[in-house]
Amino acid sequence: MSAMASEPVARAPHELGDLMEIQMGPSHPASHGTIKFNLKLDGETIVDVDVEIGYLHRGFEKMAEQFTWNHVFPYADRLNYASPLLNNVGFALAVEKLAGLETPERCQYVRVLVGEISRIADHLTCLGMAASEIGALSAGFYMIEAREVLYDLIEAVTGARLTVTYCRLGGVMRDLPEDFAERVRAAFRDLGGILADCDRLLSRNRIFIDRMAGVGAIGRDDALAWGLTGPLLRATGEPYDVRKADPYLVYDRFDFAVPTGTRGDNYDRFMVRFAEMQQSMRIVEQALAQIPEGPVRADDPRFVLPPKQEVYGSIEGLMNHFKLVIEGQKVPAGEVYVATEGGNGELGFYLVSDGSGRPYRVRVRPPCFYGMAALGDMLRGAMIADVITTFGQVNMIGGECDR
Amino acid sequence: MTPEALLAHVTSQLRGATALPLQDTRGQAVVVVDRDHLTAALRFLRDDPQVVCDLLADLSAVDYLGRTPRFEVVYQLKSVTQGHRLRVKVPVDESDPAVPTATTLWRSALWAEREVWDMFGIRFTGHPDLRRILMYPEFEGHPLRKDFPLNARQPLEPERDPIQQPWFPESRS
Repeated sequence: MSAMASEPVARAPHELGDLMEIQMGPSHPASHGTIKFNLKLDGETIVDVDVEIGYLHRGFEKMAEQFTWNHVFPYADRLNYASPLLNNVGFALAVEKLAGLETPERCQYVRVLVGEISRIADHLTCLGMAASEIGALSAGFYMIEAREVLYDLIEAVTGARLTVTYCRLGGVMRDLPEDFAERVRAAFRDLGGILADCDRLLSRNRIFIDRMAGVGAIGRDDALAWGLTGPLLRATGEPYDVRKADPYLVYDRFDFAVPTGTRGDNYDRFMVRFAEMQQSMRIVEQALAQIPEGPVRADDPRFVLPPKQEVYGSIEGLMNHFKLVIEGQKVPAGEVYVATEGGNGELGFYLVSDGSGRPYRVRVRPPCFYGMAALGDMLRGAMIADVITTFGQVNMIGGECDR
Repeated sequence: MTPEALLAHVTSQLRGATALPLQDTRGQAVVVVDRDHLTAALRFLRDDPQVVCDLLADLSAVDYLGRTPRFEVVYQLKSVTQGHRLRVKVPVDESDPAVPTATTLWRSALWAEREVWDMFGIRFTGHPDLRRILMYPEFEGHPLRKDFPLNARQPLEPERDPIQQPWFPESRS
């Protein structure tokens, strides 16, 4: 089954020649995430690399089969924990497509708003870590500070910073706070200033460019063959963004650009993410201007939990709540694949329902899983120090990659 | 291409492929291909100038325990150039859980097929490096099978000596 399962064998020095084998990880201070690189080195040059994942496998797909559809939302938070709201929205959209459930317009705007704020936080995490890992500590801390501003916004909406569990089948948990627009404007003023600082600190910084440009490059056709999406694919010049290619929610009503690179290297990936944050801010501003009044939950007692006043105030509401929580939503049998644009690329949910209250199969298409698969190809021939920058730009999130 | 046009084109060109009616699939284009025609079908879907599914977005499987054939291997294809999506499903019987590999067509299948092997125990003939990926090598069973118990315990493995044990699979050296 596997070479690793065989008896331990000491490898004679002559088998390797002048090459050296080194294990980097699974716990390495410069790699955020538990991952092991088995490197074969010629001096400092990487001859071969075998990437080992699975250290954070919690059996998400198996667990999801044991609970009702609504119970999966907390687990979905813990996939890509840098942008949990995007996972929430992606899973909700997939189940709603399977159930044939339409959400109110305001709910769709709310999902766009929180999703884009979450995307900025995701990119800030990736870029801040990437900067601090190669020594640009101050820029890294500035970005973490900017992320804090966004977490405050998310906390005001959902009540939690990371494990938000904000979406429900057919809607969201609660409406935006009254003063949300003012809060966002104040947060974006801070954010804009910090991003301008980071731009000045990094984008034309000689050391930064030397570490990033030309490293980990991959071409457009190779990137597609490896299944890369998101910033990794767009850095090669292919403007594939699920929000534009298969518009969902109300993304077709906003005016935003899809930033692309040309060389597909780490510097382009960095700049694509940087530009995407500005586009996300544009989307948020437009959504705040357009958002209509109205309910944030669909009115469909087959799938949507009743408001708490009804649960505690009427026998029908109590029964409805009981049936939905204990037996689950009877999503009609069938299967569906719904893709959304996650922080790292195409986040897809392939769901199979057998008509009972529980999912029959939940399959996540984790974008960074495919990025990690291509990592070996990107690193062959590079230097050992390039592992850190390339891995940083692939932006593996253990929860999503290993599930 | 619209799902209707895509399905009509694909089924007219492919042997062993049946399109599922769109009203049963929430309007998504799905074809079921039998295993013997799979490689030819996937090659056609990638190379045909009207289909050009240049992105194998995902590859997974579903265990329909109690049904024959028991498994279904599912390919989520996307044409980045043409814009459409297509799902290809291959029924796989329990007695011979094996499917020809797609790694010669898309490299994204390299890890995805390892995961399906790991989780479902479906082999991919012709895969260059079919090892477990999320579970450790000594793990017993395939956890996403429906008959894999939730509370299954695993035998305790002795600690591995990282110096003594080679970690590069022989096929790669």
